[in-house]
Amino acid sequence: MNSKAKAAAIYKDNLQNFFFVLPAFVIFCIFYIYPFLNMIFLSFHEWKGIGLMHFIGLQNYKELIGDNLWWDSMVHAGYITLIALTFQNALAFALALACDRQIRMKRFYCMVFFIPPVLSEVVVGLIWNWILNPEMQAGQHIGLLNHLLFSSGLPQMVHNWLGDPKTALTTIAIVHSWKGFGWGFIMLLAGLQTIDKQLYEAAKIDGAGAWQTFINVTIPMMLPVILVVMILTILGSMQVFVLILSMVNEGLVNHTDVPVTRILSSMTGTDRFGYACAEAVIFGMILVCVSFMMKKLSDRVKQI
Amino acid sequence: MKTNKYVLWGMAKSTLIHVFLMGVALTCLFPIFWMVRCAFMTNETVFVDKAFIPHHLNFGNFAIAWTKGNFGVYFLNSIIYTVCVVGGIVLVSSLAAFSFSRLKFPGKNIIFYLFVAAMMIPLPGSFVALFVLMNKLHLINTRFGYILCMINVGLSMSILLLKTFFDKMPHDLEDAARIDGCSKIGIWWHVALPLARPAIAVIVIFNSLNVWNEYILATLLLGDSQLMPLQRGLMVFQGANSTDYPVLMAGLTMAAIPIIMVYLTMQKHIIKGLSLGEVAG
Repeated sequence: MNSKAKAAAIYKDNLQNFFFVLPAFVIFCIFYIYPFLNMIFLSFHEWKGIGLMHFIGLQNYKELIGDNLWWDSMVHAGYITLIALTFQNALAFALALACDRQIRMKRFYCMVFFIPPVLSEVVVGLIWNWILNPEMQAGQHIGLLNHLLFSSGLPQMVHNWLGDPKTALTTIAIVHSWKGFGWGFIMLLAGLQTIDKQLYEAAKIDGAGAWQTFINVTIPMMLPVILVVMILTILGSMQVFVLILSMVNEGLVNHTDVPVTRILSSMTGTDRFGYACAEAVIFGMILVCVSFMMKKLSDRVKQI
Repeated sequence: MKTNKYVLWGMAKSTLIHVFLMGVALTCLFPIFWMVRCAFMTNETVFVDKAFIPHHLNFGNFAIAWTKGNFGVYFLNSIIYTVCVVGGIVLVSSLAAFSFSRLKFPGKNIIFYLFVAAMMIPLPGSFVALFVLMNKLHLINTRFGYILCMINVGLSMSILLLKTFFDKMPHDLEDAARIDGCSKIGIWWHVALPLARPAIAVIVIFNSLNVWNEYILATLLLGDSQLMPLQRGLMVFQGANSTDYPVLMAGLTMAAIPIIMVYLTMQKHIIKGLSLGEVAG
């Protein structure tokens, strides 16, 4: 009897404790787990969003493998990611190095560099869309950039930056970097500040120059942080799309398509929900593989 | 002579560093300045007057944006969504994190790792499945549906952050409260929540930024212009009046200024949150 009462008390206790988690768990199951599983389920079907669903097995995936628009969009996202990884992260690292010392106005710089990241992609996209406006009115360039290029004696540089397939992606990638470098900057600066200053002094005593110290002290100590920044940059840049939607406003044009805009246009444009889900599943798997590989790499670096 | 050269080199170096940093800082600020500047121009002058400070300042655009551009409605909607979602996240995630950190029940670890896994796995295009779900639940075009979706978006990260914080917190106060006969829910409300204020500040700021700036779910789930938040409203306005730049810039300014103000006042918490997030990730 006593042990039974004890068991009942424990049971009640456990139930009470579980009730704390319940709201979070219910929301999580309905809005994360169910959609997640449903997405995989739908990817094996042909479905217009309403009406009957047809099971078609792997047909969506087969079609996806031969879909040039899809793989082009993947290349575009890869290109944006490449620029973010090199240009954006190099800039962030250079700025972090420049700020990692006793200089005046350090707090001002730190504050300003993080303003673009807190703005929304819609706001950033629309501001730059206006600055990059290619049109002319009354013999004047109405976009600021073209106006500045024209009036500073470089009329041959005046260009339809977002309309020309050759420059559109690069322009988007640079705006994306403008918006994103503050994240890398803050994280890298925090990393630099944890490096023991005695290491630098030891290197100095050993007669190492600035460059040698950078290569042999700063870089090895910073590798874990650099890898984290790289993972976040890859995941963020591959999935960029709101910025593109707001910058390229005359509908979706193929040369600025990225995977997420393809998923969106499969869904809202052609009403092919099953195909959109197949695209999302494949893209998610690619991202998981990439971040898994990077994670492995960073674990190995940590061991050294 | 030799020291002189050394000092000179040092000065040149620090000047170069400042030129570099200042250049980048101006590149960050200038587009925002340009947005605000264009919000004070008229439709006639905005295309031709390229002076940094325009010759005539026009304050009417904000009123036009607020009323005719429907930005008043969008703005209030954004505030409603941000407050409800962030409040919901703080309540739900602190309850869960408290239980994960302090209480015991079978299956606790499995559920916790589900949340962690959800944070690790990138889910691009999850909006497709969410849209299907909301359609099924008849929650399309409702504030309630959008708020629930957005609570879910911030949940995993907030639970993880709070649990890490609770784990580090000393047990003394809770033990004292328990001896005094405080219930579990009482300990959560009277002891754990007040002590976790720094972590909650981080959660509030990051989720506010996230909800205020969210675009794609608002687009798919809210078709009624009376329910739209600012980001969605901006795109609608731009699609309908693509050449009315001064009013558009006024709308952009309204969307950008509050978030910049919040950032400037809460800067310390944001930087702390970044390092906390790094630990969690």
